[in-house]
Amino acid sequence: MKKALRNVYLYIMLLFLYAPILVLMVYSFNASKSRGQWGGFTLEWYRRLFMDSNIQSALYYTVLVAILATIISTIVGTISSIGIFLYGNRVQKLMLNVNYIPVINPDIVTGVSMMILFAFMSMRQGFATMLIAHITFCIPYVILSVLPKLRQMDVNLIEAAMDLGARPMQIITKVVLAEIKPGIVTGLLFAFTLSIDDFVISFFTTGSGVSNLSIYVYSMAKRGISPEINALSTLMILTVTLLLFVINKRNNKKTKITGERI
Amino acid sequence: MNKNMRVLGLPYVAWMLIFICLPIVLLGVYSFTNNTGNFSLENFKSFFTPIYIQILLNSLYLAFISTVICFILGYPVAYIIAKIPSEKTRNTFLLLFILPMWMNFLLRTYSWMTLLGNNGLINTLLQALSLPQLNLLYNSGAVLLGMVYNFLPFMIYPIYSILIKIDANYAIAAGDLGANPRQTFMKITFPLSIPGVITGITMVFMPAVSTFVIPSLLGGGQNMLIGNLIEQQLMQAGNWHFGSAASLIMMTIILIAMQVMNRFDKTQQKNMEMLA
Repeated sequence: MKKALRNVYLYIMLLFLYAPILVLMVYSFNASKSRGQWGGFTLEWYRRLFMDSNIQSALYYTVLVAILATIISTIVGTISSIGIFLYGNRVQKLMLNVNYIPVINPDIVTGVSMMILFAFMSMRQGFATMLIAHITFCIPYVILSVLPKLRQMDVNLIEAAMDLGARPMQIITKVVLAEIKPGIVTGLLFAFTLSIDDFVISFFTTGSGVSNLSIYVYSMAKRGISPEINALSTLMILTVTLLLFVINKRNNKKTKITGERI
Repeated sequence: MNKNMRVLGLPYVAWMLIFICLPIVLLGVYSFTNNTGNFSLENFKSFFTPIYIQILLNSLYLAFISTVICFILGYPVAYIIAKIPSEKTRNTFLLLFILPMWMNFLLRTYSWMTLLGNNGLINTLLQALSLPQLNLLYNSGAVLLGMVYNFLPFMIYPIYSILIKIDANYAIAAGDLGANPRQTFMKITFPLSIPGVITGITMVFMPAVSTFVIPSLLGGGQNMLIGNLIEQQLMQAGNWHFGSAASLIMMTIILIAMQVMNRFDKTQQKNMEMLA
């Protein structure tokens, strides 16, 4: 009885979390524009979506910014982590505290303060400013994922490599990078998901006709509900779900393989 | 690796100075100057007038209530999942509850518009049952609902990750010593899970105070919160000085709240250590 009650509670909460999303998805196939009644199945909204050049441009910028910000912040973040790691306790702590600011600051404060910065530097807001902002909020997460791996690394490995005649560059590429690789991958995934999903910071740091999907959805939703946003939402949700499914599947496979080896 | 390689950290130090420190400094400069660029406290003076104080209090109030609701709804979820014996079922449920965290925040907020609107699903159903229609959208209730809906997973996950780590032997020992399940929960399990609860509270309260998307989409402009005020001052009114002051005030409040929570967490930990 008690167990049944617990399950009922879990399912009610799941219903609460998923029902709105499911309703949204169903309505994206509704032929009737008023959401009141079901006017039959249609793919009209999806057709309109693919013909909308604004959406195509928003999609292009979303993906482009996410890819560039991920690559740059992963590389810069990894290199910086090694530098930070080698500093003494006090300097390191100071650097990490500054690095932590974008993580704890509310997005809106980060966005607003960067908007003021770009005005101060008289940079015209657009693609470049949005990319800089994304890099700035992604690097801290890369460092926070890589640094613990550097700390866990066995110092003897480096000394052994040195004894065996490895040059400094070889030590970095053959020993250090190999050891901290899991941290780099975590940081990379963090950066990508944060960048592709960002709304608030992008909203304040972009301009001159450059927008991403989130900004586009926001400006449309403010005018009210439209079936095209439903269609766009459905596609975005399905993409994320598919991506997570693939990552999850890959991880499971990996643990199985490593598990067998052990 | 030797100390010379420290230079690898220097480019990022420069980046942090320009893109992390300078913006905050500029935010401070803007909030303490007026349109002519002279030092002035007028932004703060005009913020501390009844209209804006009301907005600030309203934001804090809604964020507080939504945090409480998230805790009341989320703790049992975390607890029930942590108690599922089969690891596979447990992971599946956990995944289902945190999956929404990966979905775009705007879409999750927007999805409630389709449900609550005047000819949304709920009102259509009411109409079909010949019941009177309700004004569900564009009020504080809708904003509160949006906050709870969006931030609930942020409460569940940290609590779950602490609960799952608690040594089951504590509860068994308490039972052996004659505690009933209720006592075991109140005296052992719950106190041990407090660090997770604190993380959860911070993760819900912070975004709830600063959000402007939820009130703007579900509150419909009548329910202005501090996030909307900042957005409006910068993007529409063009009063960057006042907007900066409002941002600075919000940032300060959040930092103080986090400090208080951290301290609370530490004393709690100390108490637990003394017990053990």
